[in-house]
Amino acid sequence: MTTTAELMDYAEVVERYDPVLGLEVHVELSTKTKMFCGCPNSFGGDPNTHVCPVCLGMPGALPVVNGTAVESAIRIGLALNCDIAQWCRFARKNYFYPDMPKNFQTSQYDEPIAFDGHLDVVLDDGEVVRVDIERAHMEEDTGKSLHVGGATGRIHGAEHSLLDYNRAGVPLIEIVTKPIAGMGERAPEVARAYVTALRDLLRAMDVSDVRMDQGSLRCDANVSLMAKGANEFGTRTETKNVNSLRSVERAVRYEMTRHAAVLADGGSIKQETRHFQEADGTTAAGRTKETAEDYRYFPEPDLVPIAPTREWVDQLRATIPEMPWQRRKRIQDDWNLTDEELRDLVNTGAVDLVAATVDAGAAQADARSWWVQYLNQAATARETELADLAITPAEVARVIALVGSGELTHKLARQVVDGVLDGEGDPDQVIEARGLKVVSDDSALLAAVDEALAAQPDVADKIRGGKVQAAGAIVGAVMKATKGQADAARVRELILERVGAA
Amino acid sequence: MSNISRDEVAHLAKLARMAVTPEELDTFAGQLDQILDAVAEVGEVAGDDIPPTSHAVPLTNVFRTDEVRPGLSQDAALAGAPAAEEGRFRVPRILGEQQ
Repeated sequence: MTTTAELMDYAEVVERYDPVLGLEVHVELSTKTKMFCGCPNSFGGDPNTHVCPVCLGMPGALPVVNGTAVESAIRIGLALNCDIAQWCRFARKNYFYPDMPKNFQTSQYDEPIAFDGHLDVVLDDGEVVRVDIERAHMEEDTGKSLHVGGATGRIHGAEHSLLDYNRAGVPLIEIVTKPIAGMGERAPEVARAYVTALRDLLRAMDVSDVRMDQGSLRCDANVSLMAKGANEFGTRTETKNVNSLRSVERAVRYEMTRHAAVLADGGSIKQETRHFQEADGTTAAGRTKETAEDYRYFPEPDLVPIAPTREWVDQLRATIPEMPWQRRKRIQDDWNLTDEELRDLVNTGAVDLVAATVDAGAAQADARSWWVQYLNQAATARETELADLAITPAEVARVIALVGSGELTHKLARQVVDGVLDGEGDPDQVIEARGLKVVSDDSALLAAVDEALAAQPDVADKIRGGKVQAAGAIVGAVMKATKGQADAARVRELILERVGAA
Repeated sequence: MSNISRDEVAHLAKLARMAVTPEELDTFAGQLDQILDAVAEVGEVAGDDIPPTSHAVPLTNVFRTDEVRPGLSQDAALAGAPAAEEGRFRVPRILGEQQ
């Protein structure tokens, strides 16, 4: 379904209106089991094979809270600078929809486990924006629907739907920002930067796979506009189905231009859910939102309250890692990198790999060069991620050390790395198997030098006559004879010695 | 005195997916009023020093260790389903909304 909404030119939008954003991010925790039962929490699997009476909502089944999921929730709250509730409960969010067989979702309502925090987000140009966090609460994911009949599995025109409850009950943390206002034309960029920062943080904490493409990180973007100088927020829309970081930015930008066109035309925005269409970057109307009242929330009678002790919270606080952007800043200072060099590192996903290579003894400039250039090209050629290449930081450090000691030339080093990437073993095994050591034995080199000089007596004479630069031709011949396995600088020295020009 | 309107009952019935006749709306509105009044009386008995409670036992932090426990096979899960297809529960067409 395509929409042909009127849109306003973006420059005009930001001239006439102030955008206000609210971002809701759902994170699936990577615990071993679901939130309220011992079914495995893993992506995929044959339909309805990770289910039990609890997550199927069978009569009499009773939930029991996953302690590790609560720990993750508290840690996420702490990393987002939130207060942690001293006492809180779960609540039932009642709605009828087949993705939740219980006919309610166990969530938290007015007593979230974490609240009143903030996340400092670094934009591309280095500007830092503080995004205030309203709350982070615990809930459970829903099952997956497959719509049958009609075109391409869409809900419109479907004759019936098929439900797989493997995902029903997977622990979810919902992180909600306070309204983000005053960002003007940068609002879409701020939205993307916030979700990026959150993803990096959650990944560093190892609490979620944070794969937007698989739905383990999902973002709903609330957007509204208010006319310049107005004091009250406009009516918002909530855009769902935003499945990549780039889509977050596109969706916010699209809604801003759509709202502005409606408002400028004297119309009003309907409060509704909209679905982002990845293909053309537009949004389409979904259902009209139920109000909180319609969900008839009430405290979950089958679960007792959670009251984290101060000791427990302090213990968890100690497990919060250095924030990814602080770490990047520290690395930039330590290694004395330009912004551009740091950006290359971050964009290629090489930060951790370079750091580990440095830890294994390599100089950071060498380590960076290998990962950002040669290995990054290798990853592209092999259509894989840098981190998934079949070479470890320690192996890269070993190759760098061998180049440093003159045992490998750069050319040979690349062949060694290729061998490691092809699964031929570690660098030393590849060198041994492929016979890639630099010929550093002077007697072997001298023989090759003598041979080359004898083959080109005119060049030898020129060198003797003081034209030292003519030695290049002999160096080339020697390198060719040794299949590139000689140290060119040493060859040059030997040539000059031999003709007595040194 | 609480006072639940006929319209509110109709709205609740819609949320609960219940078909309610106009006569029933009048009946339920009156009955729900009585129930809410009865609950409100209990509320009056509790002093300011009695916090609202959702649970009769004074327990907190009842957790399970994060270990996989055996669940149901696909066949067992679908055994009670009125209709199933491709290992999934089959449900009627979902009208006009998407979660």
